Amino acid sequence: MTLFYALLALGGLALLFGAVLGFAAIRYKIEGNPIVDQIDEILPQTQCGQCGYPGCRPYAEAIANGDDVNKCPPGGETTVQKLADLMGVEAKPLAGGEEKEPIKTVAYIREDECIGCTKCIQACPVDAIVGATRQMHTVLIDECTGCDLCVEPCPVDCIDMVPVKTTSKNWKWDLETIPVTNIE
Amino acid sequence: MESILEQIERGKLWNIPGGVHPASNKASSTQHPIKRLPLPESLTIPIKQHIGDNGKLLVNVGDYVLKGQPLTEAAGHWSVPVHAPTSGTISEIAMKPSTHPSALPEPSVVLTPDGEDTWCELAPWPDFYAKSNQEIVDRIQNAGISGMGGAGFPAYIKAQPKNEIEFLIINGVECEPYISADDMLMREHANELIKGIEVLRKLYQPTKILIGIEDDKPEAIEALTKACENDHYTQVCAVPTKYPSGGEKQLIQILTSKHVPQGGIPSDIGMVVHNVGTIYAIYQAIYHGKPLIERVVTVTGDTIASPCNVWSLLGTPIKFLLEQTGFQPQQWQRVIMGGPMMGFTLPSVRLPIIKTSNCVLAPSSQEMPMPGEEKACIRCSACADACPASLLPQQLQWFAKSKEYNKLEEHNLFDCIECGACAYVCPSEIPLVQYYRVAKAEIRQEREDKVKAERAKERFEARNERLKREQEERQNRHKRAAKRTTDEAKSKVAEASKRVASNDKSAAVAAALARAKAKRTENGEPDNSEMAKLRAERKAQARAYKEEKPASVTTDNKKDAVAAAIARAKAKKAEQAEASNVSDTASDPRKAAVAAAIARAKAKKASSDLDSTTVSSEAAVSEPASTEDPRKAAVAAAIARAKAKKAAKKADSQNADTQAAESETPSEDDPRKAAVAAAIVRAKAKKAAKEAESQNDGTLAAEPTAQSEDDPRKAAVAAAIARAKAKKAAKEADSQNADTQAAESETPSEEDPRKAAVAAAIARAKAKKAAKEAESQSAADVQHNEQNNSQIEDHALPKDNISQEQAVPLDAEARKKAAIAAAIAKAKAKKAKQDKGSE
Repeated sequence: MTLFYALLALGGLALLFGAVLGFAAIRYKIEGNPIVDQIDEILPQTQCGQCGYPGCRPYAEAIANGDDVNKCPPGGETTVQKLADLMGVEAKPLAGGEEKEPIKTVAYIREDECIGCTKCIQACPVDAIVGATRQMHTVLIDECTGCDLCVEPCPVDCIDMVPVKTTSKNWKWDLETIPVTNIE
Repeated sequence: MESILEQIERGKLWNIPGGVHPASNKASSTQHPIKRLPLPESLTIPIKQHIGDNGKLLVNVGDYVLKGQPLTEAAGHWSVPVHAPTSGTISEIAMKPSTHPSALPEPSVVLTPDGEDTWCELAPWPDFYAKSNQEIVDRIQNAGISGMGGAGFPAYIKAQPKNEIEFLIINGVECEPYISADDMLMREHANELIKGIEVLRKLYQPTKILIGIEDDKPEAIEALTKACENDHYTQVCAVPTKYPSGGEKQLIQILTSKHVPQGGIPSDIGMVVHNVGTIYAIYQAIYHGKPLIERVVTVTGDTIASPCNVWSLLGTPIKFLLEQTGFQPQQWQRVIMGGPMMGFTLPSVRLPIIKTSNCVLAPSSQEMPMPGEEKACIRCSACADACPASLLPQQLQWFAKSKEYNKLEEHNLFDCIECGACAYVCPSEIPLVQYYRVAKAEIRQEREDKVKAERAKERFEARNERLKREQEERQNRHKRAAKRTTDEAKSKVAEASKRVASNDKSAAVAAALARAKAKRTENGEPDNSEMAKLRAERKAQARAYKEEKPASVTTDNKKDAVAAAIARAKAKKAEQAEASNVSDTASDPRKAAVAAAIARAKAKKASSDLDSTTVSSEAAVSEPASTEDPRKAAVAAAIARAKAKKAAKKADSQNADTQAAESETPSEDDPRKAAVAAAIVRAKAKKAAKEAESQNDGTLAAEPTAQSEDDPRKAAVAAAIARAKAKKAAKEADSQNADTQAAESETPSEEDPRKAAVAAAIARAKAKKAAKEAESQSAADVQHNEQNNSQIEDHALPKDNISQEQAVPLDAEARKKAAIAAAIAKAKAKKAKQDKGSE
């Protein structure tokens, strides 16, 4: 009889915990892979495709599936470092041998040369180019990610990638300078 | 337990952690009252001298402005205008180096003073109590007042706090060494300051007004205490001298023991702090209506012969100030904007004084030696002891060096007020504050990038979604279109089979033709093998023809053809009694060539076409050979098919003769126009048929030439009308036992092989007809009905019509065909006789 009670108690407990676990598995189910979101957060979202994937999220997914973390030239060393930290792998230099700190650029359309073919508009991953057929196009500098994707399709090569201008807002102290005043 | 207010009134002060005691060096510049300087040669006024947005420019180059006239107006958030510091002419509006450690160019207005110093019209409010708070705030904004203690925070924002203000604190501490601008201002303008404080008192309604002044400025304390003697609201608090007790948060802590929460502003705890310079500016703006156009600047340092405080117009070049105070530069001279603790070395002296410039310091190299080389941190923790914000400067420094920005934020880097006390005490001469500044800039940049990345992501996703949606829409459209095509094809097949069932050979042939045509139009590609065959046939035919009619034979191809055509036409004319207007064209060899080609094709067909034996109807072929718009071509083809069907039906029921309306539309550029023209031609042909029926003529051929050049729209309208007429005509024809007609529209174009193929097809059709005619010698005469389509087209070309309906002798090679054709011809002849008989 004692044996029976023991079995009953243990069985009951097993059922109870099973039910709780089962409920938890359904109730708190994780949709998708949360690591992908974390990786995507780190990536610079230029959507440039230099990693070989069509956009940042696909690359994030690829990293989650074990791809190298050093394929993002716009992110530079910092991004590689962060990705390496997150994925628990060793940080490698950028795959293409790019500069450690990429210079931020934005596209600039030489407007009098633009023929209004809309090819760059179609190429822009973030819709940062405005214009219409046979109308001059221009770049929304604030939205441009500097991905270079519009340069190639331009039939008249009127798009330049220009470095982002330094203003008093994004200016940084240079620790190396010796403070001297030009008194003339 | 005493309340805080009671403790304050008792004169209690609190202490702040850390702090340093650098040599104040203020005595040299407080020897003289504030000086007035002559006008400089030019003034450079940056349009942004505060934290916030640029104002909107109101003046143009060459404008004459009066002293105090606004140069910009407030636009956007946290925006205050700038004003002309004196009367004069705007000589330039350009990007000029700014008074900033980077000296990056900022939009500036350059003013050349006229020396008159004429004020614009001012609106003083001696009795501001009558004004509403909003009016006062607006005036503070429009006077261009921003915080003059150093940060340049627009004063009007501070003037409308969200919370109730308990303490209004006037900051006259001026803890930074060397600077004595506020000290001198308080000494000389104590009463005006009290009046300025009155304005703020009206705005804030505080419980208490505290004026904090460091105890090393006894004259200022005395002056202000005297000025507010009878005012129990206002209390002057002598703060012990210690750097940086003049910091906003530090002063609040010293005077009221309260801490401003992290990341918060003083008004969160019911406090508001204004600098005495700002108070004076508010006084000027309210009581005198004068905008902020000048400020007190301390010019001091060992290389200045007569250190002093000056009233400096905003925009005055620093070089001018230095010159006026006897500047004797040394080697490696540094000129510092601000004090030695928080100031920065100016890259150049050709920079203007702005609203936040309180001091120009030109020290000698003994006075302020160049910072030595940075040595390793010895972890003495002196920096932590000195930090007024209770941070861990040493720790922050490590993180800043290794760029661990997360850790920096965890260690409250943004609570750092960059007072420089840590660097001041550092025995290793580590420029700690510089590291923090860089790190802060990096973190801000990172945050900005993150926001930007987020937006880029959103836009990218939105774009992808849009592209996907567009693609789906396109696919749906294609699906619908495909369904339509299959339906069409089905109905076509059904009709064909119906015809087969109801009729015998002729129907079958017609169906086959229709199918072939449908196929052709669907494929859009010409059948080259057929063409080749045709060409071969044509050649053979031409040879035979030449033999028969040597008169018209020449060796040259084109001429030959033209001649042949003309000859044929003439022969026809001779044969037929009917009056037919044949207008030959010699002017246009190309057209002639086309016509000749058609003629050849017809001739050939006459002999070779088996199918044509029973053909009583000729499908109306309209093949515009459009490369640009296949859809329209398809529509045109569909119409043509429909007509052919109808014609076939008629033919079946009546077994009638055929008439062909041929229209040549030599429009090379626009196939669409050709299609339209074809439609018109068809309509005309129908009409012609009607006429023919009434006359009981055997064959009728209408060959109008339509050349629509200018207005496709008009042509389209005309075509629509024509179609409508054609329908009516067809009805009539049905009821009248009419002949069958076929409208053919040819669109010969030299460039396009497809068009050529189409032309060939048409030619075949015609040839068939011709054969029939030839075989049925008893058949009715041919009537050429040439219509000028000038009523349709505005620019109808002169009639280049070449009518070639002609009896062509049989080809010897096609005996079989001929036999069949003969049988049919016989049948037709019989009928024709009957017709004649009935007539």
